[in-house]
Amino acid sequence: MKGNRFVYYVREGINSIFNHGFMSFASVCIIVACLIIMGSFTLLALNVDKMIDSMENENEIMAFVDDSYTTEEAQAMKPYIESIDNVSSVFFVTREQAWKDFLDTYSDPGRLGEFGPETLRDRYVIYVDDISVIADTRDAVSRVAGVADTSVHLDIAKTLVKIRNIVTIASIALVAILFTISLFIMSNTVKLTTFERRDEIAIMKMVGATSTFIRWPFVVQGLILGLLGSLISFVMEWGLYILFSDKLMAGAGLSLLTVIPFSSVSIPIFIAFTAVGLGVGVIGSLLAIKNYLKV
Amino acid sequence: MVRFTDVFKSYENGTKALRGVSFEIADGEFAFLVGPSGSGKTTIIKLLTGEIAPTDGKIIVNDYDLTTIKFSKMPYMRRTLGVVFQDYRLIEDKTVFENVAFAMRVVGASGKEIRRRVPYVLELVGLDTRTRRRPQELSGGEQQRVAIARALVNNPRLIIADEPTGNLDPARSLEIMMLLQKINELGTTVLVVTHEKELVESFSKRVIAIDGGKIISDGMGGYYNYER
Repeated sequence: MKGNRFVYYVREGINSIFNHGFMSFASVCIIVACLIIMGSFTLLALNVDKMIDSMENENEIMAFVDDSYTTEEAQAMKPYIESIDNVSSVFFVTREQAWKDFLDTYSDPGRLGEFGPETLRDRYVIYVDDISVIADTRDAVSRVAGVADTSVHLDIAKTLVKIRNIVTIASIALVAILFTISLFIMSNTVKLTTFERRDEIAIMKMVGATSTFIRWPFVVQGLILGLLGSLISFVMEWGLYILFSDKLMAGAGLSLLTVIPFSSVSIPIFIAFTAVGLGVGVIGSLLAIKNYLKV
Repeated sequence: MVRFTDVFKSYENGTKALRGVSFEIADGEFAFLVGPSGSGKTTIIKLLTGEIAPTDGKIIVNDYDLTTIKFSKMPYMRRTLGVVFQDYRLIEDKTVFENVAFAMRVVGASGKEIRRRVPYVLELVGLDTRTRRRPQELSGGEQQRVAIARALVNNPRLIIADEPTGNLDPARSLEIMMLLQKINELGTTVLVVTHEKELVESFSKRVIAIDGGKIISDGMGGYYNYER
């Protein structure tokens, strides 16, 4: 691209933004609004995902060892359990340790009388990678020789999986809808500009301008508006996230919640906002100008 | 050079605008294309500028075969043409200089070339003192001169003037025609499309008359034989 042409494209694109100031302003506002909603929902989804991850880590399978097994025999089962698909980590707990842990949580140990560690069984605490197939993993663990019984909170696992799926689907749907809306608005903004300049475009075609030459100023216009919208929305998203996460963390009864710090997601969010802003701007412009270039 | 060979054009609504039109305009020639409204004049202009394609037949314009030309080559064909319209089609928010320079800029001319060529062309059409005016500050005749300057600035081989005097009084019309004749004398082929009988008769030029989508006469002045 020749230097003077590049300057021409940029100058025409900028002129067009100012000549259609209100529509340009409206486009930027729509992009900002859509990006903030998209970004907020994505951040919400990320946080929910993280919370579910941490809850998943708490969700364990308890495998009780047959009473007839000695402690050594019970410990020898570990490699078989570790080799099962979806098992992430396995911890052996002796009946003595289990009794001690039980007593630690019991308010009145004196009432237990003659009961002792022999009341309990040696056990394995098993953590999984994917909570959605925890039932299958539990079944596989049950089939290991020496496992007398298993216990798992399937209802909690199912609920967590359901929440994660809902949030993921809702996020994807919302992002797709808002992207389409932004594209439509941007396309209409540029379409309005092209409509006002249709005579100019006709003259350009008449004197032999190529489609590329006609198209570029509109693409630059969309590109600048998209970029502007994405930068503004990124800064606003940043502020809003910090404001809400601070309030959430400070809220009574919610001290167990952990929120992802914005700094750890700021680069991906910035890249995503810029990409969406530019994408909406450029694709919207190309869609708008398409019909005027057919002749 | 323009060559129409047995050209037919039918529109989607069934209108048969051209029914086997053939004519040739040689390089450096000055010709009128005349005919009543609906005769097919506008269709011929649209075919010449590549705005529409013929249904049948062959069209050659300045060595480009418009029946087989690729879409990507169309701008380059159009650069060999200069088109002047009855309603001038100037850009209102640009000055006279900018309107003419615009035509050069869109074909990739450098700033230096523009600064050299535009004043020359504006002087040729007699508007060298009006360069900073905007179209609405000019008379109809002056606006048409700007349109002619714009058509001329890229040094086209053929100028097509579509009813160039349609909005002008007789004196201004004559001025415009004199200007087109002057341009023709400098070597550019000129095709003037009009239905103004008196204007055509005042110039002893070739007249191609069309009616009902067919050429009804083609020859030097005096062949303007239809009455409508």
